[in-house]
Amino acid sequence: MNGTAKGMTERDIVKRSERVAKAKRVVMRMCLPLLSLMVVVAGTAARAQDTFHLETSSGAQSIRLAAANFKSNTPDALPFKNTFDATLFADLSAAGIFDMVSKSLIPQAAPGTPGEMNLAQWSSAPASAAMVAFGNIGVQNGNLVANGFLDDAKNTQYPQVFAKQYMGPPNDDVARQLAHKFADDIIFRLGGGVPGIAESKIYYVKRVGGAKEIWGMDYDGANQHAITHLGQISISPRVSPDNSLIAFSSLGNNGFQIKMFSLLLGRLIHFSNVGGTNLSPAWAPNGQELAFSSSRTGDPEIWVSDPQGEMARRITSYKGPDVSPTWNPKTGSQIGWISGRTGLPQLYIMDSDGSGVTRMTDGGYATSPSWSPNGQFIAFAWNRKYGPGAPGGQDIYVMEIASKRWIQLTHDIGRCDFPSWSPDGRHIVFANAPDGMDSHNRIMTMLADGTGKRALTGPGTDMPNWSWK
Amino acid sequence: MLERAYKEELRMSTRTSIWNKAALVATVALLAASGCHKKQAAPPPSAMAPENTMPPPTASITADPPAIDLGKSVVLNWRTSNATSVSIDGIGEVPVNGTQTVSPSNSTNFHLVAKNDGGTTEANVRVTVRVPEVPAAPADNEGDMGSDAMFHAKVQDIFFGYDSYDLTPQADASITSAAAYLNAHPAIKILIGGYCDDRGSAEYNITLGENRANAAKTALVSAGVAGNRIRVVSYGKEKQFCTEETDSCWQQNRRDQFSIDR
Repeated sequence: MNGTAKGMTERDIVKRSERVAKAKRVVMRMCLPLLSLMVVVAGTAARAQDTFHLETSSGAQSIRLAAANFKSNTPDALPFKNTFDATLFADLSAAGIFDMVSKSLIPQAAPGTPGEMNLAQWSSAPASAAMVAFGNIGVQNGNLVANGFLDDAKNTQYPQVFAKQYMGPPNDDVARQLAHKFADDIIFRLGGGVPGIAESKIYYVKRVGGAKEIWGMDYDGANQHAITHLGQISISPRVSPDNSLIAFSSLGNNGFQIKMFSLLLGRLIHFSNVGGTNLSPAWAPNGQELAFSSSRTGDPEIWVSDPQGEMARRITSYKGPDVSPTWNPKTGSQIGWISGRTGLPQLYIMDSDGSGVTRMTDGGYATSPSWSPNGQFIAFAWNRKYGPGAPGGQDIYVMEIASKRWIQLTHDIGRCDFPSWSPDGRHIVFANAPDGMDSHNRIMTMLADGTGKRALTGPGTDMPNWSWK
Repeated sequence: MLERAYKEELRMSTRTSIWNKAALVATVALLAASGCHKKQAAPPPSAMAPENTMPPPTASITADPPAIDLGKSVVLNWRTSNATSVSIDGIGEVPVNGTQTVSPSNSTNFHLVAKNDGGTTEANVRVTVRVPEVPAAPADNEGDMGSDAMFHAKVQDIFFGYDSYDLTPQADASITSAAAYLNAHPAIKILIGGYCDDRGSAEYNITLGENRANAAKTALVSAGVAGNRIRVVSYGKEKQFCTEETDSCWQQNRRDQFSIDR
């Protein structure tokens, strides 16, 4: 089976130039929304900054993709097949770059191999698919084995885009992981070469009795599990770029202090806090530096240290709270953060040595910034009409750094906070309290244009942080 | 209206986009075409330009000494530049630069406001007044922790304004009373917990609570309480005293809470 897959891949190389051309067209499709967003917003800024149109939301530009139900090779693979099918369809739907063919419109016969594939059935109405993902799954020699194929339905002579085999122990979790890998391979091929996010993780805060613990889950809300069992109030989890460490802060006898949890060792490791309150850690993209807020010299300021908390240096020095840093993940040379130096908290950016301080928001109450992977945007929570008794709510906004133009992504769904970008920059996860009560916070995800909102967790969850890969 | 619209365009024109320049040109052309028929024609651009060039004033104020015993006096010394009017709360209009001797009866924030056409600048200085404690207990109270009830009667929680960590006049009075009690009971160590209401964001509120607790600590240290007797913890909005979404509830949550640190 491996040999077959390799052979298919080589034939795929023959068609490479065509794929590259297709990929370029897809890149243009992905860039267009951002460009058009900026053009539209720039053009109408004086009148209405919060209305714009994204081409991803129209569906017309998306690739029409069908995901066939996989064929079960062995009877004992049937439950895994159902998990695999559901996960694959959900991953491709959530990717935001496909117009998915509804399962009720696809041909009844499920092809398991390229030999069983009748592409004419898939390319014609009602499916009208441009691309078809299909394959087979079975338990072989104690392993769950899935063979995935992606065909170009309009190319009758050489339809295959790629073929790949996925393998792991036969259990439900592995069935989901295999589907995630297949989905990521499809998204990588058809999504302009941007790696998919189906294997990424989200770390968050979960209320457990009177305590708050750090939990983790898959990007789609599956596999929710506890990471810490400290019995304290732990907040602000931030996973390191290599997925090996989680920095967070916990409330102890001396207030909030930064803690470092090793996902490899499964326990806390050393971090030096050296007095005052220390909180809101943020990883530099090289994984060698941590920015955080510390009041070790009195006023809360932004400090930068190594991952052990040593070599700490202060990079802000202005009276008033400074908190919630976020690094520019593209360059590692800038930090965005929240400062109350002029009164209500506002969004600022500076170079990572503390120079070039620039205020980004012009008022209201801004918190919880997250810098986009491409370095162009900052997502943050903003209450623009904030004040005692003032109407309006706290919503998620995205600001383009170069122009300070912003768009509002959430409207009238209650209090929103803690946005965090997915590794591909196409999604934002955030916390939402429909009734404004902190204890009712849940974690939601959406596309970066604000569409496709859905809840990933139930009440009692907060402060999501999306992994870097 | 026209003038306001014109100002809008003027503000926008500082951005360099061609679109906006085109809009400015269009608006100026519109004004030129229609302005002479209106009673309130917009002034020419050259007349508008200097209006926004006036920088806001600068201001500073100091107090010497910053802490006094009750009945003693303190010299306030203030300096401003570019100000057209200067006032100090509780004193009133004052010269742009000057000094004044005051004798406050309790700890006071002197708040200076300097104004000109370009804006307003504020400056603050705090004068701490040490009130002599009437010896309520015998002199051999070195190891006396006092009772919890007495502690909470003499060392009361203090409350803060919205998004503020400045001590209010009531908080000043509470701190003065608390300092007197703590100076009379040197065995007591205290914990100051800084708390915030549940609006806004968790991380920012922790730093705000930190500044609230530190404001009380600084005032107590100024009033003679040793800093190493005071532990400061900010709870942000993680430990709500009152959980309703009302003004009175939010006010109860915006506080420094004092307790004996055992």
